[in-house]
Amino acid sequence: MPRTPIQLPTNIEYLSILDENAQIDKQLEPILSTADLKRMYHFMLLARRADERMLKLQRQGRIGTFPQSLGHEAISVGAASAIGSSDWHVPAYREFSGMLLRGWPLETLLLYWGGFEEGARPPDGVNDLPYCVPVASQLLHATGIGMAMKIAGDKKVVLTFFGDGSSSEGDFHEALNFASVFQAPVIFVCQNNQFAISVPLSRQMHCATLAQRAVSYGIPGIRVDGNDILAVYAATKEAVDRARQGLGPTLIEGLTYRTTAHTTSDDPKKYRSPEEEQLWSSRDALIRFRRYLADRGIMDESARISLEAEIEQEIKEAVRKFEEAAGDKELLNPLHMFDYLYAETPEFLERQRNELQQFLASRSAGPGRMEAKSGESAGRDP
Amino acid sequence: MAEMNMAKAINKALGEAMAADERVIMLGADVGVNGGVFRITEGLYARFGEGRVIDTPLAESAIIGTAIGMAIYGLRPVAEIQFAGFDYYNYHQLESHAARFRNRTRGRITVPMVMRAPCGGGIRALEHHSESREAIYAHTPGLKVVIPSSPRNARALLLSAIQDPDPVIYYEPKSLYRAFKEDVPDQPETLPLGQARVVRSGSDITLISYGASLRPTLEAAEQLQEEDGVSAEVIDLLSIVPLDTVTIVTSVKKTGRAVVVHEGPRSCGIGAEVAARINEDSLLYLEAPIKRITGYDVPIPYFSKEKYFLPDADKILQAARQTLSF
Ligand SMILES: Cc1ncc(C[n+]2csc(CCOP(=O)(O)OP(=O)(O)O)c2C)c(N)n1
Repeated sequence: MPRTPIQLPTNIEYLSILDENAQIDKQLEPILSTADLKRMYHFMLLARRADERMLKLQRQGRIGTFPQSLGHEAISVGAASAIGSSDWHVPAYREFSGMLLRGWPLETLLLYWGGFEEGARPPDGVNDLPYCVPVASQLLHATGIGMAMKIAGDKKVVLTFFGDGSSSEGDFHEALNFASVFQAPVIFVCQNNQFAISVPLSRQMHCATLAQRAVSYGIPGIRVDGNDILAVYAATKEAVDRARQGLGPTLIEGLTYRTTAHTTSDDPKKYRSPEEEQLWSSRDALIRFRRYLADRGIMDESARISLEAEIEQEIKEAVRKFEEAAGDKELLNPLHMFDYLYAETPEFLERQRNELQQFLASRSAGPGRMEAKSGESAGRDP
Repeated sequence: MAEMNMAKAINKALGEAMAADERVIMLGADVGVNGGVFRITEGLYARFGEGRVIDTPLAESAIIGTAIGMAIYGLRPVAEIQFAGFDYYNYHQLESHAARFRNRTRGRITVPMVMRAPCGGGIRALEHHSESREAIYAHTPGLKVVIPSSPRNARALLLSAIQDPDPVIYYEPKSLYRAFKEDVPDQPETLPLGQARVVRSGSDITLISYGASLRPTLEAAEQLQEEDGVSAEVIDLLSIVPLDTVTIVTSVKKTGRAVVVHEGPRSCGIGAEVAARINEDSLLYLEAPIKRITGYDVPIPYFSKEKYFLPDADKILQAARQTLSF
């Protein structure tokens, strides 16, 4: 009578389909067309090469601090491939590859990291929110979008992302609770790269997996090999199908590793070993996926080489467009800082705008003392 | 005396406070093993151990909420929020609890703690990494707000903040962390909270600023001297709460003119409060309206345009000239 165990659904699974040696589990292999598979690889590789290029741009001061996404491509692209363009995609800041796949031009994302608000404007027709820096806060927006879809009777879903560290924020738990209580069509994907800057996973949670957090919200949860794009895709697809049928949210944990620094201002040598980094580099998602595509005869070595060349061209062109935009006088015009704060600019703000305009005019009319001092060419001022 | 930058001076103060009083502990994300994302807590984990330099999970509300509990139980927590742009997550804990315990328990329960956070722009940082929203805290009765402007006063003010019996928001202008060095005395020194400093004396106009804006303000004062033969007095507020009305008003009574300078947005900002205090206590001494050179009422722009948002010497100079020729 007094004490009986309560039976709780705790069937948290780990899913791996394509292992680090490129061995495939035929039973679990998802059905994807050749075009789909090629598209997935294209965006993984584009993100990887663009990331490498951006590191150089950052070191040369042409863009600012940014978080590389090496090690996160399979989760981002795998999950984003499981939703349609009328579904919504709500990223954090490591979903570079998935954003490219969703239709964000590379030059737009470069503008974001290059210090321009224009980089946060989703392209027309792309149902995405921009990068979100305050961690876990976007999960509540995704939940609200999902709730609104349900209210509207739309058969759409929302896919949203966060890091392991971010799961310690109240916003994460509140989002899961709301989404489950209201059975909102939201797929929460954790990019568990085992570190939040220097803080290891063991300092974020006192339980074995992130996936099991789902249990206490009464929703399905699963851990997948985050370097296995087929597993990520398959798990997300299942969750998307459930959500579309009105069966509510899912929590997916992709286990991976951030093989580079947290951002370009971080030094991981302070908190982890090169051996560990090496081990995880050997589990790289691109290597095994490339072998899978070769084994299936979808992409042979010469096709891969020409894809590399195509991507190099694509990046070159995007960087050129970015630099052109970043040097554009109109885009650099500081008066634009006042343009979008309200639907209609109130009088007090109009006054501040005029004040800045007059100041800039007086300065360029003056002896140019300021320009000379700050070491900038007068040409950059409007 | 040893020359050091502000980052080192704050680190020194933290070490001194922890060595002097074992109730002082630190907590925050990345403060331990990593030594802080700006290296402010470097070496403290090795020196004082993980029991006193605590790497926490990533949750600002929990960092401040638990610091409040620790303070209530008798510790003297110094909590780090990685960037001021993220301290909205914990604002509720400060407003609803840290700021109120003494008052609502009629002095029985108190919260002697410090929240440190890097604030301000000017380092080409990402979105949400350049905010100056000290006015929010200044508008929260029960909190003190301190913003240093140099290595030496950073060290002295932090020691005072940690010893203070009430919750203190200690904002560190991150563009100053490594901007310049200054002699810092070897022996611990404190500065009273609530006291501004006249850092340049003058007779024609009063320029009032604090934090990172102090440097361009001083630069403008020098230019006024050189180019216009105008003698500007410069006040460094150091404490935003309590605000040192006496020092401000005494100066304005002498000069009859004032310009207030800060990075935070203008409306309902610190400049508005300073102007109100001047009006209340010295209106009839004024020869011209008080001017404000501040951030505009927009989110600080991404870094390609942030310099146009920030106060600079030219803007201050122009405002001072307008005030002088009113
Ligand atoms: C609310 C908030 N606090 C602090 C930060 C600073 N910050 C940026 S990334 C990060 C670590 C996040 O770790 P995790 O969620 O695991 O994601 P990862 O960066 O590893 O992908 C921190 C603390 C932030 N962006 N937002």
